[in-house]
Amino acid sequence: MTVDATELIRRTRELLAAKPPADTDRLDFLRARFDAGLAWVHYPEGLGGLGAPRALQPVVDAELAAAGAPDNDPRRIGIGLGMAAPTILAFGTEEQKRRFLRPLWVGEEVWCQLFSEPGAGSDLAALGTRAVREGDDWAVNGQKVWTSSAHVARWAILIARTDPDVPKHKGITYFVCDMTDPGVEVRPLRQITGEAEFNEVFLTGVRIPDAHRLGEIGDGWRVAQTTLNNERVAIGGMRIPREGGMIGPVAKAWRERPELRTHDLHQRLLRLWVEAEVARLTGERTRQQLVAGQPGPEGAGLKLSFARLNQEISGLEVELLGEEGLLYEDWTMRRPELVDFVGRDAGYRYLRSKGNSIEGGTSEVLLNIVAERVLGLPSEPRTDKDVAWKDLAR
Amino acid sequence: MSTQPDLLYSEEEDALRAAVRDLLTDHCDPAGVITRMETDAPHDLALWKSLAEGMGLAGLLVPEERGGQGASHREAAVVLEELGRAVAPVPYLTSAVVATEALLACTGDAAAELLTALASGRRIGALAVALNVAPGGAYKVVLHEGGLLHGELTAIADATAADVLLVPADDGGLYAVEADAVTVTPQVSLDLTRPVATVVFDGASARLLGDAEPAVRRALRAGAGLLASEQLGLADRSLTETVRYLKDRKQFNRPVGGFQAVKHRLAQLWLEVVGLRAAARSAADALATGSADSGVAVAVAQSYAAPVAVRAAEEALQLHGGIGMTWEHPAHLCLKRAKADSIAYGTPGSHRAALAELIDLRTP
Repeated sequence: MTVDATELIRRTRELLAAKPPADTDRLDFLRARFDAGLAWVHYPEGLGGLGAPRALQPVVDAELAAAGAPDNDPRRIGIGLGMAAPTILAFGTEEQKRRFLRPLWVGEEVWCQLFSEPGAGSDLAALGTRAVREGDDWAVNGQKVWTSSAHVARWAILIARTDPDVPKHKGITYFVCDMTDPGVEVRPLRQITGEAEFNEVFLTGVRIPDAHRLGEIGDGWRVAQTTLNNERVAIGGMRIPREGGMIGPVAKAWRERPELRTHDLHQRLLRLWVEAEVARLTGERTRQQLVAGQPGPEGAGLKLSFARLNQEISGLEVELLGEEGLLYEDWTMRRPELVDFVGRDAGYRYLRSKGNSIEGGTSEVLLNIVAERVLGLPSEPRTDKDVAWKDLAR
Repeated sequence: MSTQPDLLYSEEEDALRAAVRDLLTDHCDPAGVITRMETDAPHDLALWKSLAEGMGLAGLLVPEERGGQGASHREAAVVLEELGRAVAPVPYLTSAVVATEALLACTGDAAAELLTALASGRRIGALAVALNVAPGGAYKVVLHEGGLLHGELTAIADATAADVLLVPADDGGLYAVEADAVTVTPQVSLDLTRPVATVVFDGASARLLGDAEPAVRRALRAGAGLLASEQLGLADRSLTETVRYLKDRKQFNRPVGGFQAVKHRLAQLWLEVVGLRAAARSAADALATGSADSGVAVAVAQSYAAPVAVRAAEEALQLHGGIGMTWEHPAHLCLKRAKADSIAYGTPGSHRAALAELIDLRTP
């Protein structure tokens, strides 16, 4: 049976009647929602879904929001929802799916991602963290970096090298790592803003049971592609109002504080305002294409444009502020739960947006991707494809 | 802010594009354009006849009851994308958009009659305002004395192809003047595919059409807004042709398009063309719906479009290497049109200045 919108509304109301949000504990409600298949309706029955079209999820969300039901605070558990869950669904055993997906979705168990390493950034497949088979377990040694939520995470998705004697893409295996293992050490990684959004994770003799392997031995790179492709799915749904991005606070400062204005800044501000508006329209056009069922390659460029604009606009804002631009809100080392530009000062936005052209694919790599996959230009010459990982230059 | 603009192309618009592109592929090849532009007849009037009379495209902006097709700026923008792509030497933007919009702003029988003639494509009109004037900018007028016009105007685009000129005079009126009542002298133009000319009025007889000020402002705003679509066509052609060439062209025993320094430049250009498409559709849609936001949409599109089209043409020339510098290769058609377009209907700077007022980011 395919579940349509009417049926989803019926089931949602049934849930609300059985578990009135006002009289129900938050976690109890979320568990009941998961068990009713209303967590993510496109997932299979028994795993929080009903096998319904993904596009129908907003029907359920709107009904629940109108009834004042609690949500699972998706921003706090983004890595679990956006990356771990789709990978477990695609490659996990039945037992793994039943064990992990429910506490992941309700937010009882936070997930993090152990992918990047100091020696493997853009070239992720060159990673050197080793996993060696010992009986029914794997022993893992190595270092991971840029791990958000590692200090609060119960589980991690991990890729590690299981065979150094084959080319780098072929010797990787994908695991679920227990972050409470005594061999896991999490250290905050302080960044240029003064804060530590991310961590370094040191893995020393960490034991992972073979039952926590996702996919086949040596097939980890292919499994990781599922994770990374899902990282990029999230864009496209959002409608941004004019001046909705970083240009907003600069425009506001310009309007409210005429004493800061100069002719040079005016010319640069107007150029950036136009570029921000064009980027907004490009995002809106991409969204309209998705809604109309005609997805185009345009989305590939949005991150590139927004990274550059965020950096240029926040840079202009610091300069516009003059004397105030010499100051910074607070250099105290903190561990923020969420990254948010809203409500932060211009200096923070300037420094944090430097990461926008590095995280989630550097702008240089993304330009290669556009050139090769959109324009069809020849790919970069490769000298690493047929070389055993252990023989690569490092 | 009002509702979101429709930034996509409808099925009908896609079909219109395909029909125009087919016609241009058969009848407007770059070699032919290069040969024609140095002759005494730089405009391709046979092609104009096919577009205007054969396909009925000159009347897209004119309501059916006034002899047009009753379409909108969205469709005219698609036609202009294709004409830009081909750098077609036809007076579409000047007659079917700018002169037509000026007439749409006028009431009265003289304007109505002329509008129908322009919509049918049987007559070609040109607004006698210099091509570089921005919407809301100052423009030169001629003297109106005893029913006759006296004076000289310069940089009038496509005047040599026009049958009738729409002329602002010092009494605030907009007048229709037959082309054979004035002296039109071609100026040696940077862009020979949209040549400009001097027009001398030596006691030319004229018919009053209406008030010049609102007609000129409306005409120039539509011209500026839809010019962005022509610039999109130009930029897209420059990018596409350059990518095609660089996949094929080999130096150092490999395709030149495989060098990362070149790939990144082309990828960057692609991002800008994608942005230009969104901005141009936004302007066309705002003009078509008469949106209160059309002033901002046109200023944004024109501020963005001109530098992108020029850069695309400049990158195309550079990345073609020596062959791009030859008269024989069509790269210079795009470069000259794109550079002239960056001045037409106002420079990007003048549109940013207009925008500063509209969005309340005022000068120091």
